[in-house]
Amino acid sequence: MNFVLSILFSSFAVIVVVLIPWIGVGAFDLRILFGIIIPYAAMLTFFVGIVVRVIDWSRSPVPFRIPTTAGQEWSFPWIKSNPIDNPKGTGGVVIRMIFEVLTFRSLFRNTRLEYRRVDGVPKIDYEWEKWLWVAALVFHYSFLVIFLRHFRFFTEPVPGFVTLLQNLDGFMQMGAAPFNGFGLPGVYLTDMLLMAAVTWLLLRRILYSQIRYVSLPADYFPLLLIIALGFSGMLMRYLFRVDVTAVKELAIGLFKFSPVSPEGIGVIFYIHLFILCVLIAYFPFSKLMHLAGIFLSPTRNLSNNSRFVRHVNPWNYPVQTHTYDEYEDEFRDKMIEAGLPVEKEAESTVETEEKE
Amino acid sequence: MSIDKILAEKRSKIIKKWRNAIIKSYPEDGQGFLKREKSQFANPVGLTISTEIETLYDEIIKGENTEKISSCLDSIIRIRAVQDFKPSRAVAFVLQLKQIIRDELGSGHSDKMRILDNRIDEIALLAFDVYSACRQKISEIRVKEVKNQVGKLLERANLISEIPEQRPAL
Amino acid sequence: MADTPKPAEIAKIDHYPSPFEKGWMNKQVEIKPGVYCYASKPKNLEYVGMPYPREWNPADEDWKLPENWKEIIEEGFKDRLDKYRSFKLFMDICVRCGACADKCHFFIGSGDPKNMPVQRAELLRSVYRKNHTIGGKILGPFAGARELTEDVLKEWWYYLYQCTECRRCSVFCPYGIDTAEITIIGRELTNLLGLNIDWIAAPVANCYRTGNHLGIQPHAYKDMMDFFTDEIEDITGIRMEQDFNRKGAEILFITPSGDVFADPGTFTCMGYMMLFHYLKEQGLDITWSTYASEGGNFGFFTSHEMAKRLNAKMYAEAKRLGVKWILGGECGHMWRVLNQYMDTFNGPPDSLEEPVSPITGTKFENAKTTKMVHLVEFTADLMKHNKLKLDPSRNDHLKVTFHDSCNTARGMGFLEEPRYVIKNVCNNFYEMPPETIRELTFCCGSGSGLNAGENMELRMRGGLPRANAVKHVHEKHGVNMLSCICAIDRAVLTSLMEYWVPEVEVTGVHEMVANALVFDGEKKRTTDLRGEPLPGMEDEEDV
Repeated sequence: MNFVLSILFSSFAVIVVVLIPWIGVGAFDLRILFGIIIPYAAMLTFFVGIVVRVIDWSRSPVPFRIPTTAGQEWSFPWIKSNPIDNPKGTGGVVIRMIFEVLTFRSLFRNTRLEYRRVDGVPKIDYEWEKWLWVAALVFHYSFLVIFLRHFRFFTEPVPGFVTLLQNLDGFMQMGAAPFNGFGLPGVYLTDMLLMAAVTWLLLRRILYSQIRYVSLPADYFPLLLIIALGFSGMLMRYLFRVDVTAVKELAIGLFKFSPVSPEGIGVIFYIHLFILCVLIAYFPFSKLMHLAGIFLSPTRNLSNNSRFVRHVNPWNYPVQTHTYDEYEDEFRDKMIEAGLPVEKEAESTVETEEKE
Repeated sequence: MSIDKILAEKRSKIIKKWRNAIIKSYPEDGQGFLKREKSQFANPVGLTISTEIETLYDEIIKGENTEKISSCLDSIIRIRAVQDFKPSRAVAFVLQLKQIIRDELGSGHSDKMRILDNRIDEIALLAFDVYSACRQKISEIRVKEVKNQVGKLLERANLISEIPEQRPAL
Repeated sequence: MADTPKPAEIAKIDHYPSPFEKGWMNKQVEIKPGVYCYASKPKNLEYVGMPYPREWNPADEDWKLPENWKEIIEEGFKDRLDKYRSFKLFMDICVRCGACADKCHFFIGSGDPKNMPVQRAELLRSVYRKNHTIGGKILGPFAGARELTEDVLKEWWYYLYQCTECRRCSVFCPYGIDTAEITIIGRELTNLLGLNIDWIAAPVANCYRTGNHLGIQPHAYKDMMDFFTDEIEDITGIRMEQDFNRKGAEILFITPSGDVFADPGTFTCMGYMMLFHYLKEQGLDITWSTYASEGGNFGFFTSHEMAKRLNAKMYAEAKRLGVKWILGGECGHMWRVLNQYMDTFNGPPDSLEEPVSPITGTKFENAKTTKMVHLVEFTADLMKHNKLKLDPSRNDHLKVTFHDSCNTARGMGFLEEPRYVIKNVCNNFYEMPPETIRELTFCCGSGSGLNAGENMELRMRGGLPRANAVKHVHEKHGVNMLSCICAIDRAVLTSLMEYWVPEVEVTGVHEMVANALVFDGEKKRTTDLRGEPLPGMEDEEDV
């Protein structure tokens, strides 16, 4: 796939995703379909899909213990080992996985030493080659915070931590936020961060030739979808206000399995909701499954202990080998001549039975 | 304005153009990497090209120190000799400089330019020598390795037994 | 001379592809000389019973594939998805973030985008999507999927044998995707059709038959060792005989056979011999074996099964000789196999015991089940307990740096022990820049069976990042010796240095140990093991 075509194709797909609810609710008022049926179907696909995929992965065994060792192994007591990057046991693996999952430790390694010439004198410097790590971290955590913030729509009463998060996130509204004083609600920090990060993740796919080379529609599509999701959400919050009470009624209804379809929610809400539904329904069939996959990755979730704890391969099978007897049969005379010890003397060669 | 002055003034522009021209000889999708990375260790190819052509340019303008020119050529061509280039392509970058300089100079300066042209031609020949030496080295290494694999054994010949063409009956 | 380009053409190298060109999938692979290795010879495949042995040439249009080749590959692919979670997962979860892209030495050295680890894997993933995912089946190229064709197969082969399985990319991958694992399994697939390279197939057949990669017969092996014994006697005045195939010894020693036949590995081998002789008085009871005389395992570059078949010799020989445990020499991929596969492959016979150093009494608890100890950790333990009398000044003519072999670094984490040993035997040790050593070490560019002669250009450019770091310490500190603990490294880094940094030589760690080792009753040493005068002895050298 060429990148121009990839982007066009993905953009087209996202536009279709936006148009469907727009027309569906805007023109045909299919509120039950878009407000109840599709969200349920999407959630079902999401949960069942993930479970099926994870089960499918775990059906394949891990025949060998192949952790990537990124530090000193455990050996003598007087040699300092690196229990996180080269874990000896489960404890180390758990810490390694926590670092990997919560801080994207491997991406963070992307550091690079640079030699610059300052006035003709070479100087060692560290280039800050962590934009990918920063963008990934900001993106994932903003997404998480935004997700948690949305709990205020599904829960009654709203849990304390959600309110707290909301206040922290929205602290900018106290101060010099650009929109303040225009009758607009406070700007959430995470909204801005998410959009900035996701834009950067998209831009680097277009600007860096190597990444452009490997990128597929499957890479552009989720990014564009998330941009559309965020954009529709922000439109809803800052421009086309919707009836929050009605939205909450719908959301709580969904989660209590007694769905209702209240009147008076703007189309923009259904667009936002439908994009989300597409995203989560697409999730189990896509690279987004890395969320679950990282936990199963054999180079990260195994300890480097195969020299002192046996790792069993469930499908290990006997193989044909070249036995010592076969070897000696072939070379016996020469071995004897060279003074190498043998199992059988030379004259018995004739009687040697065929092995195997 | 004298040609020397122009060449000194436009030094960085000419060098940049030259560098880009060299990098364009690499596979299209790797070019960004070669240009972007500034680290000596993460991107030896890109960095060698960038730094060596600077020195090379200065030496070409001065036209004195053949040894220095050779060493710059060696650094660049040693790399290009093991990449997927035909010999002509591997050393063509020297001649590319002519056109780049001419574009920068504009019309006029034909006398001076002729001197410079001749100088660059000579350096192109030098580049050919360097390229041949690198290829020669590769061949030497190949031969040496073959000998060395069995190095000590060859001294005590006749001791190797290869797998026979037909599988021996076991 | 129709091929000769006109000067104008030479100058006009750049090309701007149309933005609507179809991308990498539609660019046919070009098999280039200097990059590909020669095809496996039929006799070598036949000897070990590998399928479809035949004469074929990668440069030819026709690879003489069996009629049903596509079925074989697809069947094999599916089989491996069911057997290896790693493979299945790595096919699914890559997000193509590009963190690995510029970490591969072959990409750095060539700029060929298909050498980016992510892209190397995509070559297989694209076919996986076509056959095993719903999206790929319906959307085809829009889902990054493509049909398996002969051209695709050729592209696989070309790029799978341009990966040294060094795992550097996997260190940087946020999901731990290991291109080595993909290459290993990809090569298994090519081997289903007899598409190996001879530089791997011949050593495999030879190791299987004679126990070493060159096909050296047992008496010749012994003869080589006798030759070393003479050499050592010339240098030290002491005769250091070794034991072979001796039953009842306590320890079996296995090292890559490259050490026995190729310089400068031979000097490392002499180093082992001298160390063993030195320890004899202190109670070391050790034997070599001619049957299990290859520590390295080129089967590992063919398939898991072939690796297991070759590896089996070690435990079989340990059992036959009745030894208590096994000591392994300096080798890279040998130790990847020993550390991560051996116990699982073949499991040691019950007759073996948990390794204990007979000299220091140290229990090697980290080798509890494999019963196999690395010689460098064995030596480090000796040094820690002051069991060796050393004169590091004998190595004063050397300014040493250390190259971490990919396999011991990223497949084991064997980083400090060799440094400890080196610092005990030389006074001048300098590290290369931190991003080029330890777990971030750059490959020699010739690992995983790619150390053939015909692909020298590939090897030289793949080794450029490593050579470049050596050049840096050479210029900064005057480093003139590159040490390593890998037999392939010893052979190929020598060539690499000759091309990029000719002032630097290559050595194994135990060569330096033996140089520094002070024997009782030895004659005054005037030369090192290479016959070069020791510092301060230049004038005393005779002849």
